Amino acid sequence: MPDVVVIGAGVVGAACAHYAARAGLDVVVLDRGPVAGGTTGAGEGNVLVSDKEPGPELDLAVLSAGLWRELAGLGGFEYEPKGGLVVAEDDEVLAALTALAAGQGVEHTVVEAGRLTDYEPHLAPGFAGGVFYPQDAQVQPMLAAATLLRKGARGAGRGTPSLRTGVTVTGFLRDGERVTGVRTDRGDIPAGAVVNAAGTWGGEVAALAGVHLPILPRRGFILVTEPLDEPLVLHKVYTAAYVTNVASDSAGLETSAVVEGTPSGPVLIGASRERVGFDRTVSIPVLERLARQAVELFPALAARRVIRAYCGFRPYCPDHLPVIGEDPRAPGLYHACGHEGAGIGLAPATGHLIAQALTGGRPGLDLSPFRPDRFDPDRSGTGTPAKEG
Amino acid sequence: MTRVYDLAVIGAGPAGVAGALEASLAGLDVVVIDAAPRPGGQYHRHLPGSFHALRPGALHHGLERFMRQWEALRSRAEILLGHRVWAVERTGGDAAGGTAGAAMGAAAGAGDTADAGDTVDGTVGATTDATVTVRCLAGDREERPRAVRARALLIATGAHDRPLPFPGWDLPGVLTAGGAQALLKGSLVVAGRRVVVSGTGPFLLPVAAGLARAGADVRGVYEAGGRFGLARHPLLAAGKAAEAAGYAAVLARHRVPYRGRHAVVAAHGEDALTHVTVARLDADWRPVATRTVACDTLACGYGFVPQLELPVQLGCATRRDADGTPVVAVDAGRRTSVPGVYAAGETTGVGGAELAEAEGRLAGRAVAADRGRRVPPLPALARRVDRLTAFARALHEAYPVRPGWRDWLRDDTLVCRCEEVPLSAVREARRLGATDARSVKLLARPGMGWCQGRMCGYAVACLAGEDPAAPRRPIAQPVRLGDLAGLEHPPSEG
Repeated sequence: MPDVVVIGAGVVGAACAHYAARAGLDVVVLDRGPVAGGTTGAGEGNVLVSDKEPGPELDLAVLSAGLWRELAGLGGFEYEPKGGLVVAEDDEVLAALTALAAGQGVEHTVVEAGRLTDYEPHLAPGFAGGVFYPQDAQVQPMLAAATLLRKGARGAGRGTPSLRTGVTVTGFLRDGERVTGVRTDRGDIPAGAVVNAAGTWGGEVAALAGVHLPILPRRGFILVTEPLDEPLVLHKVYTAAYVTNVASDSAGLETSAVVEGTPSGPVLIGASRERVGFDRTVSIPVLERLARQAVELFPALAARRVIRAYCGFRPYCPDHLPVIGEDPRAPGLYHACGHEGAGIGLAPATGHLIAQALTGGRPGLDLSPFRPDRFDPDRSGTGTPAKEG
Repeated sequence: MTRVYDLAVIGAGPAGVAGALEASLAGLDVVVIDAAPRPGGQYHRHLPGSFHALRPGALHHGLERFMRQWEALRSRAEILLGHRVWAVERTGGDAAGGTAGAAMGAAAGAGDTADAGDTVDGTVGATTDATVTVRCLAGDREERPRAVRARALLIATGAHDRPLPFPGWDLPGVLTAGGAQALLKGSLVVAGRRVVVSGTGPFLLPVAAGLARAGADVRGVYEAGGRFGLARHPLLAAGKAAEAAGYAAVLARHRVPYRGRHAVVAAHGEDALTHVTVARLDADWRPVATRTVACDTLACGYGFVPQLELPVQLGCATRRDADGTPVVAVDAGRRTSVPGVYAAGETTGVGGAELAEAEGRLAGRAVAADRGRRVPPLPALARRVDRLTAFARALHEAYPVRPGWRDWLRDDTLVCRCEEVPLSAVREARRLGATDARSVKLLARPGMGWCQGRMCGYAVACLAGEDPAAPRRPIAQPVRLGDLAGLEHPPSEG
């Protein structure tokens, strides 16, 4: 009998399995699809501290950014500590951006208008200035997830999580309230504990245990250009509007381009946000807006060709915070999902904290803002409204 | 006010031209769009002038017929050649129908377990207020965006070659069978070349015959599937005796050997092709014995892949054809699951030019009828489509791709040429937990490059252990960011 069953082989599930195995636990990871086949496979690979307002999620992001640096030592996936440049359209926005940066307490440099091209030679003229965040980084999320699962615990001298793809969880084994394993289409798997790392589908998994998690899909499109001969974009670059869009509660379409180069040559242009359910139908107006915003940041991109576009579904919680920790309504069931667009960045810290909880350790961060039962009506008023990134 | 056509036809091959002609004859205002500078599609892809001289006899017949239709169409419809379509959108009308269709198509495109939309139930209410916007890029280097609007859409985008990878297939001199056909345009290019033709399917015969007639030294035709040789070629059984005999006569006259159950399993050369390894195959296509044949050109083809990105964009339901290939699901009037959208030709199942033309005619007539024109029934046409469809199915069954081709690959054989992904990287992705083509692509990058998996998609799906899924390409053709960003301009005059 494994100590832990992790549901979901995306980057968050992989990180949970990785740190649990490092803590000496025997871990089985289940996924109904392949590794990294859900939102992880549709992500850009953002590891951002720059877009988070001060609060619990920023604390999580800072912890996670450090853990990614360490995990990069495993090899097997691209990790680029390239830094992020947030640019402001006008002086008012720049003032707000600078104030945010001062409040975040993370390493940053305020960049005056005249110095922006020192960072990004091809940036359009006319921006009022910006803030550079050296801790922002980029990982190739699919290979990162696969690597965490495969050679995860080897360095720590422990077992490697066992990955079983093509297995669908259909229910939970219970002993009274307590969760004692999972039922699957391939048979029952009793376990000491179960981690729900099903991402955008985390609410459905929770429902199988009779508990409510209000996780909804928030669709995003990404454009990919042809490979460029020489790098045109050196950092992660986005406008200050991105920060407000991320934290917005609007169901309607919001776009704010995040532009960056990749080691294999193409430029990625991300980040539309819409709540339209799991609809994959192509939306040309969304692609058009992303393209326009990217060209506004880097006019030279106008002549480059887009060869691909894809969409994914961020796991969105009403307060923009992930759900991390044991569920008091179903002891033995731990949640690690609902990270919205920040799942890649926040995965290591989430896995680290879950492993601490699984082994009865004192969590390195206060988990109460991420409590699974914070959305229950009888507990309302105790949660901290928080901004996300 | 922007012009809104009754019908936009994408593809000026046999299906598209026949469909457009039927619809215009019935009184519809029709526009025909094709990426190539000339009509004809893959099948009649050559300059009519040079082609007449090259193809006498039975083969001539199809082209003359096509050119007659084309001439008739030119005076009746708007023709937009050299227009590459990168996206189609459907707006207005009964959103419900479109959305339901979109959901079905999305499931199929996602490569989900469900093979969405096996059948189309009956006649979908095809007349709607919706319009379709076809987004094109016109011209060559100085391309400019252009949008065309229509109340109905006929998708006749045809198919492209389906290659299989093998060691050396990335050498200069190795072509797809369709690419070799293109070489025939100028006989000067071909004459004197030492050519080997390999693959499976009836298309190898016209390719080899055309090359021989154009003066190439064809060193052999190696058909991986056929066990019996030309004398019992399935074309004969399918009532195509005259056509088959025509090819056989050309090959005999030029002393071109034809070998069934043989294939080229490796190509060799330093900077360009110098020779190939030809293997005798067992029933599963595993090499049994090999020998070497010197040549400077190799034409390889293992069938065709229907071009489905536009129907998938619109959410049209797909089904699996006899050989497992995803194709658009249509009813007897070639209506897709999305109201106002029709499909004909290879997109609904690879079956050759004759079938494509007949399907195109059915589609054109159905569009006209659905738009309130009087179209007398033509039961003979439907019967003809049924007969040719049965023939196509028989050929699919006679020429399956057998799994033993994987034994031709070595660890360092490139599976994806654009991204230079070797077989070993695909295997490593599978070890890491990639269980389908999409996750193999995400972990190892095959299909991420310029051709977006058109060349390697079939092989990658097979290597990932699944049937190929309908391609999800929201951008069907590369488009400049500047053009994409400029889309807010109202659609230009059609």
